[in-house]
Amino acid sequence: MTTVVPGKGPGQGPGQGPGQGPDASGAADRAAVRVTDRAADRPAGGLAERGTDGEPGPETYESAFDAAVAADERIEPRDWMPDAYRATLVRQIAQHAHSEIIGMMPEANWLSRAPSLRRKAILMAKVQDEAGHGLYLYGAAETLGTGRDELLDKLHSGRQKYSSIFNYPTLTWADVGAIGWLVDGAAITNQVPLCRCSYGPYARAMVRICKEESFHQRQGYELLLVLSRGTDAQHAMAQDAIDRWWWPSLMMFGPPDDESAHSAQSMAWKIKRHSNDELRQRFVDICVPQAEALGLTLPDPDLRWNEEAGHWDFGAIDWGEFKAVLKGNGPCNEQRISQRRRAHEDGAWVRDAAAAHARKRQEAASR
Amino acid sequence: MTSTVADRPELALADDALILSHRLGQWAGHAPVLEEEVALANIALDLLGQARALYSELGDEDELAYLREERAFRNCQLVEQPNGDFAVTLVRQLFFSSWQELLYGQLTSMPLAVKAVKEVVYHRDHAEQWTLRLGDGTDESHRRAQHAVDTLWRYTGELFQPLPGLDVCWDAMRSGWEKRVTGILDRATLTVPDGPQHGGWAAGAGRQGLHTEPFGPMLAEMQHLHRSHPGAAW
Repeated sequence: MTTVVPGKGPGQGPGQGPGQGPDASGAADRAAVRVTDRAADRPAGGLAERGTDGEPGPETYESAFDAAVAADERIEPRDWMPDAYRATLVRQIAQHAHSEIIGMMPEANWLSRAPSLRRKAILMAKVQDEAGHGLYLYGAAETLGTGRDELLDKLHSGRQKYSSIFNYPTLTWADVGAIGWLVDGAAITNQVPLCRCSYGPYARAMVRICKEESFHQRQGYELLLVLSRGTDAQHAMAQDAIDRWWWPSLMMFGPPDDESAHSAQSMAWKIKRHSNDELRQRFVDICVPQAEALGLTLPDPDLRWNEEAGHWDFGAIDWGEFKAVLKGNGPCNEQRISQRRRAHEDGAWVRDAAAAHARKRQEAASR
Repeated sequence: MTSTVADRPELALADDALILSHRLGQWAGHAPVLEEEVALANIALDLLGQARALYSELGDEDELAYLREERAFRNCQLVEQPNGDFAVTLVRQLFFSSWQELLYGQLTSMPLAVKAVKEVVYHRDHAEQWTLRLGDGTDESHRRAQHAVDTLWRYTGELFQPLPGLDVCWDAMRSGWEKRVTGILDRATLTVPDGPQHGGWAAGAGRQGLHTEPFGPMLAEMQHLHRSHPGAAW
């Protein structure tokens, strides 16, 4: 956690702040407190109590973990877990948290130009939600023993990734709608199964996040609907945005199943519940009728209803582009990460001041 | 827009809220710590909500926000000042929210003010906490906070220029504000400037539609898309 504790800021006040009420982040915070007491590590599923002769051995821990996962029980921060399970979760949760804070940038790009006060308020609330999601997720990662500073450092130095979709630019106002409808839509398709993820704090954070994301998705859809039914220029703006965002959105589900490096183990651990290709197909099936209702055309001449399969067949994805963007050669990779780094570096004196002030207060109190 | 709308004090209050909200929104993605991304966006949202409620009493909110020229805006010059560093933004928040809390507290017959004063208390508390941290933090933060106070001080006098039509005791506002703000600056080990609380060239000008240079480009950016599609709905 960073050293800054801004006290009762407006984020915790009445209104839209994510700090209010009993919620997933609260659970993550409580868990964060428990994890500091590592001596209390225990086998998952309460097997320790069922053990017969004193301290349970390593096999007991491992089999308790396996049994808990098999029985769809939640693994909690104090439970014993395999190192690789912990590392996989930290990597995934961090990538998700990073995606939330990097994802603020392409949207913030339009905050100053939103064309009505209502849209400005909706977009500002959305950007705020994303910062809040970042907070919950860094909190969830912290329950696994990895603090926010370390994760941010890995983001800034390129050792951890964020969703590649945010390396595409938002060129028109309609892109804000396309991000809501398609990008948030794809994210929800990916994330709803994570609400049943085997790791408790992550699963609980996802419940809250998915609720807010589905709100964002509806707002994006509605934004596009207004444009599509608006003037010719507005309709063209909406179609252009869909043309640019459709294929990158399909890439958000990751590489095809036979090329996905981490999938099999994550499925076994019930961190992941469905394969990349399954989720991608689900997303396409949802989007096709929605595009029709919007009066917009998805840019894929190969889209066909497959009666036998009960799914929409779609064209080949350009995985060359996916790999290029992932490797850092997308239109905005450099811009996004350097803005992040600059914000962090420019803010160092503020964080230092907060820490210094807190120390002075502590010293004064102990005198 | 009729001249009666231009003279209504609600217009000045709405413009204050909109312009400061816009400025705070410019922090999105640039804040020094994630908690402040949330906090600054939350304050910006509160202010935008106030502006929308006030505009709606006067006419069409988008017409008022997007189709007036720079000279027709009645916001005080303080809120249009560029964000600068985090200290400038937070000292601007301290000066403005302390004033807004006192003002809204007096406007007991204005439903928006009665509702909004509760959020403004949080804005003011947030600004005070940060003024204390920055003023009494490190040497660098102290220097930056003092610079922010010195730079923005000249824009504070305008806050107490009476807005005709509001039933407010402006002298009490000024003394209440000075007591509160100088108290916080003292605790933050910052010096209250000797200089005037007015810009010498145009005292109290924002309320008369005279703004500082950075306001024009800000407004142009804000209004550009709306104006590019006349008559379109969004």
